[in-house]
Amino acid sequence: MEKITLNIDHKNIEVPRGTTILEAAAQVGIDIPTLCHMKLHDMNIENKPGGCRVCVVEVKGRRNLAPACCTEVAPGMEISTHSMRAVNARRTILELILSDHPADCLVCAKSGNCELQDMAHQMGIREIHYQGAQTHYREDTSPAIIREMDKCIRCKRCETMCNEVQTVGVLSTINRGFEAVVSPAFEMNLDHSVCTYCGQCVAVCPTGALTEVDETGAVIRALSDPSKTVIVQTAPAVRAALGEEFELEAGTLVTGKMVSALRRLGFDYVFDTDFAADLTIMEEGTELLSRLGKYLAGDKEVKMPILTSCCPAWVKFFEHQFPELKDIPSTARSPQQMFGAIAKTYFADKIGVKREDLVVVSIMPCVAKKYESSRDEFAANGNPDVDYALTTRELASLINLSNIDFKSLPEEDFDQPLGESTGAGVIFGTTGGVIEAAVRTAYEIQTGKTLPRLDFHELRGMEGLRKATIDFDGTPINIGIAHGLGNARKLLEEIKAGKSEFHAIEIMSCPGGCIGGGGQPYHHGDVEILKKRQKAIYSEDKNKTLRKSHENPHIKKLYEEFLGAPMSEKAHHLLHTGYFDRS
Amino acid sequence: MTKIKLAEKTIELIKSVCTQFGNKESELINVLHQIQSKLGYLPAEVQEVIAAELNMSVAKVYGVVTFYSFFTMLPQGEHPISICMGTACYVRGGEKVLHEFKRHLGIEVGQTTADGKFSLSCLRCVGACGLAPVVLVGEKVYGRVSPQQVSKIIAEYQEGCVNVQTA
Ligand code: SF4
Ligand code: SF4
Ligand code: SF4
Ligand code: FES
Repeated sequence: MEKITLNIDHKNIEVPRGTTILEAAAQVGIDIPTLCHMKLHDMNIENKPGGCRVCVVEVKGRRNLAPACCTEVAPGMEISTHSMRAVNARRTILELILSDHPADCLVCAKSGNCELQDMAHQMGIREIHYQGAQTHYREDTSPAIIREMDKCIRCKRCETMCNEVQTVGVLSTINRGFEAVVSPAFEMNLDHSVCTYCGQCVAVCPTGALTEVDETGAVIRALSDPSKTVIVQTAPAVRAALGEEFELEAGTLVTGKMVSALRRLGFDYVFDTDFAADLTIMEEGTELLSRLGKYLAGDKEVKMPILTSCCPAWVKFFEHQFPELKDIPSTARSPQQMFGAIAKTYFADKIGVKREDLVVVSIMPCVAKKYESSRDEFAANGNPDVDYALTTRELASLINLSNIDFKSLPEEDFDQPLGESTGAGVIFGTTGGVIEAAVRTAYEIQTGKTLPRLDFHELRGMEGLRKATIDFDGTPINIGIAHGLGNARKLLEEIKAGKSEFHAIEIMSCPGGCIGGGGQPYHHGDVEILKKRQKAIYSEDKNKTLRKSHENPHIKKLYEEFLGAPMSEKAHHLLHTGYFDRS
Repeated sequence: MTKIKLAEKTIELIKSVCTQFGNKESELINVLHQIQSKLGYLPAEVQEVIAAELNMSVAKVYGVVTFYSFFTMLPQGEHPISICMGTACYVRGGEKVLHEFKRHLGIEVGQTTADGKFSLSCLRCVGACGLAPVVLVGEKVYGRVSPQQVSKIIAEYQEGCVNVQTA
């Protein structure tokens, strides 16, 4: 590729033709501020509408300043990224953006994590010299996400996530000029749209325009109510990311500290969603084997492939966009909902607490889990199985407001019986993990033999679409894996066309799986962070004595004492569900 | 999402226009233009069919429909009234003229009167700046319109009224 030599801030540099000024500067360690620009390297996705103009730099010989994110370098260019002219222009631009932004920082959900706020701080903005009209747009509240378009800076990052990465197509810029706003079709509210609540738009929004529904207040009230027994479950991906909120290196496992923080917050029992993940494998694995058995015996009626069903955004996605396939996914509920159903029956009985007096809180890497817990089918007499689903970020804010010094906390263990888990439960947190966990159990049940190995490296990785064939003692089982709904769509189109070669497919909506969930600490597009979280998950699996779900002693006990067998009538009632045509 | 409840005939029409443009997303504006010229407006249900035919999200279709003031989602009145808001017309009192139309008809821009007779919209420059401010009723152009003339213009199209000439 042709190389171009240029000079940035008195440094000579050689880069390939087509490189932008922003990229070239980054190569010599120069940071140019950006707002609208977003690049997700591994996904080959770039959002560069060139709209905000805060990245302008001075190019010698040009009359106008050039936006660094969308100007390609040219031979011999002499660029000054922080000349006073550039800095002055940037400050003016920022002030203009702020002149149409509510000064809500004191009470804004994004405060402390807001790129606009950081930039105003960094550029030393102390006063806004421009006064103009202010955008006023109604607030849109859904079960999981709040849209406050007054705070939107129209960077279009959310549009890129929703349309290009997820291919859901909810969001688009509508109207023009001052009236322009990012919105679902016909300005309907999110909860009337095909939104999956994956939260990937929330994860990239630089401001407080898109945030998750904050349930920390409700949890604090429950915790301070002496008549309630409040229990908590923590999803696998949370422990691999929570530390980032407390300045720990990405990929630091904080399982033990998280447990002790939750105890200090006053939860009566600290349990683990990983336990329920093991339970999911028992149910989903059994269902897989029963369908597979029939299929291999030549039964033409049985639907293949079987698809995982633990991701609520994925469930909502196919309910809207592929309703004709709604009989294909496993009927197994997600681990969050299995946990809730068991907690409010089996466990409530065990400790002699009425369902109404037991509050189940979950800590999830996910925004869609808020929506999932609000689905009507996951409640008994109007009392939900899971009362509140907090994101990893919300947990961090609870810990902060309770003045808990997270880093110096001791490591503690989960409570029993719903806190015991195997390595198979842990890996649910990453793309490839659910299907690997299912293979570990399904193989042993099917063949009656002990697995010769436990690490299925062929199922791991970060590529958006992966496939592998696992030898089930002579029977080859074809497995597909997709993360990101755009990738999932490709596999679904194949199934629809009758061209799918797979027996089982794992789908997670978020790039990377739940480690990259919409409720995780903001990673600002840095995929390296996801890889570190993934490594942490696999290392926790490796360190477990038990690594197959069917070996979890408390799961065995749960079946003996309460459920009977996987797919029993009781299990069906409490642990399985059905899907709806929402097209 | 709203279930599509259009007449079979309308759906066929939309599909045939889309096919005529190769069902290409890049032809969206042409498709919208053609369909609006045939149906008079682009209601939500129509946009949904177009989105499905061009294999794009309905939010994006809606985004384009709301970006161009030429497209409308509301049925036009029997006599669509458009007031030019280009710079020349604006400077020469276009806004006051618009205000009078709103007052007389009791509707806002983008709305149609209850009897279906009149609808009101704004235009960007129509290229007749010499006649500013300009008002269009259907195909007919009125130039140098003053707020006082508004009631007369409306009366022209009211049933039982004879044509009144304006300058
Ligand atoms: S939550 Fe997901 S589906 Fe919904 S608008 Fe955001 S990116 Fe699109
Ligand atoms: S909602 Fe957020 S991500 Fe979307 S355009 Fe506005 S500021 Fe950008
Ligand atoms: S992949 Fe995980 S975090 Fe993302 S929507 Fe699905 S369940 Fe939630
Ligand atoms: S970051 Fe370059 S224009 Fe917004």
